[in-house]
Amino acid sequence: MSQRVLLFAKEIHIILHRLACQLLENHLDFSNTVLIGIQPRGIYLANRLTKLLKEDYKVKEVNLGSLDITFYRDDFRRGDKILEADITKIDFLVEKKKVVFIDDVLYTGRSIRAALTAIQSFGRPEEIELLTLIDRRFSRHLPIQPNYRGRQVDAINDEKVKVMWKENDGEDAVYLVSN
Amino acid sequence: MSELSVNHLLGIKYLNKKDIELIFETADHFKEVINRSIKKVPTLRDITIANIFFENSTRTKLSFELAEKRLSADVINFSASQSSVKKGETLIDTVNNILSMKVDMVVMRHPNPGAGIFLSKHVKASIINAGDGAHEHPTQALLDSYSIKEKLGDVGSKNVVIVGDILHSRVALSNIFALKLQGANVKVCGPKTLIPKYIESLGVEVETNLKKALEWCDVANMLRVQNERMDVSYFPTTREYTQQFGVNKTLLDNLNKEIVIMHPGPINRGVEITSDVADSNQSIILEQVENGVAIRMAVIYLLASKIK
Repeated sequence: MSQRVLLFAKEIHIILHRLACQLLENHLDFSNTVLIGIQPRGIYLANRLTKLLKEDYKVKEVNLGSLDITFYRDDFRRGDKILEADITKIDFLVEKKKVVFIDDVLYTGRSIRAALTAIQSFGRPEEIELLTLIDRRFSRHLPIQPNYRGRQVDAINDEKVKVMWKENDGEDAVYLVSN
Repeated sequence: MSELSVNHLLGIKYLNKKDIELIFETADHFKEVINRSIKKVPTLRDITIANIFFENSTRTKLSFELAEKRLSADVINFSASQSSVKKGETLIDTVNNILSMKVDMVVMRHPNPGAGIFLSKHVKASIINAGDGAHEHPTQALLDSYSIKEKLGDVGSKNVVIVGDILHSRVALSNIFALKLQGANVKVCGPKTLIPKYIESLGVEVETNLKKALEWCDVANMLRVQNERMDVSYFPTTREYTQQFGVNKTLLDNLNKEIVIMHPGPINRGVEITSDVADSNQSIILEQVENGVAIRMAVIYLLASKIK
């Protein structure tokens, strides 16, 4: 197994600021916008962006939730692994709100497909956007594209893109892992 | 990856502590799901479940059916009273006929102890025991423990007394297994005639004085007197039973602490429990019913994940 660094902490830092600014440009005061981190790994990115928006860009209030898609996945009973759920925490209605899904890596698009179904349980959003730190292009199984992307990456199917976060993994970095 | 150690839920006896923890963790997620405005997830849309009830049931049947529907499974219901069982068909034939209609899972209640175990050896489907005679009622015991955990934070090292007709109660047996597995202290309390011989061999103590039992416990699980299973008279009159083993407000108010009151239903108000106790803040009877759906969703989900 070998791994190569795709993004260092400094680059991630710059990208996070850019993504925060792009969100600001489209959503201004976030009064009608909700950010939804996709479990399990999207929540770190969602938390970071929320913190940036509040502290560096002085947005007063950002609605942030986390969405678990386990029960909406299309591969139940199709793999060897038993799917384990994570916590969903959405304390507000998404009815008529602008929703931004936040996930670390966009790969086949199947997670986002599941998230699009899952969010309907919480109301009918006015629109849904997608923000992702890493976009693995040319590997989509579904017609799903991000509205905001950190970095586009070309990786073959055997390779894995690993996003590490300081608060959970001890460092900010993105690795390309190949067997 | 964690998964259940069993392919069927036949009784708590066949589970280990990790299984119970996994079921509870999964139930937490489903409890969140059933409190949403849209209470349904599409997970089991390719699974068909047959609810086969050879014995009457309201709560358990509704609870299972609701759990299955919340998971988007296809559901067929079958009651023995309206079926060919009356014409002499055997259990295996009945179930195999249902299974040939491409059913993946069977939830069964049967008056004979061991019916689920027997079936699991002879048919190709996941079996969930929804009560087999006076043997086991595993989902009830799971939801009881889950409700205790929710109310008191933990089950281990808590003192639980099961009061009433222990002899005929599958709820009692499953509860004893589940509580002991999680490290709780268990006593049973009731008329001597309704306490099975050798029950101490399960690691529980017998207490025939209700007041003493209540003073000792954190949780009292009140069972119904199962008149339908009694072939002879086990106590002189219902009135005498109530005087000795019925819980009322005065009794609870005279304890030096507040205990949790549970009941698996159906309640005989005024017999094992008075109305003011059943409807008081100490009682978690309705929470038990709500948790029943979440627990059954968790069990069905975890067993269905193992169907290949």
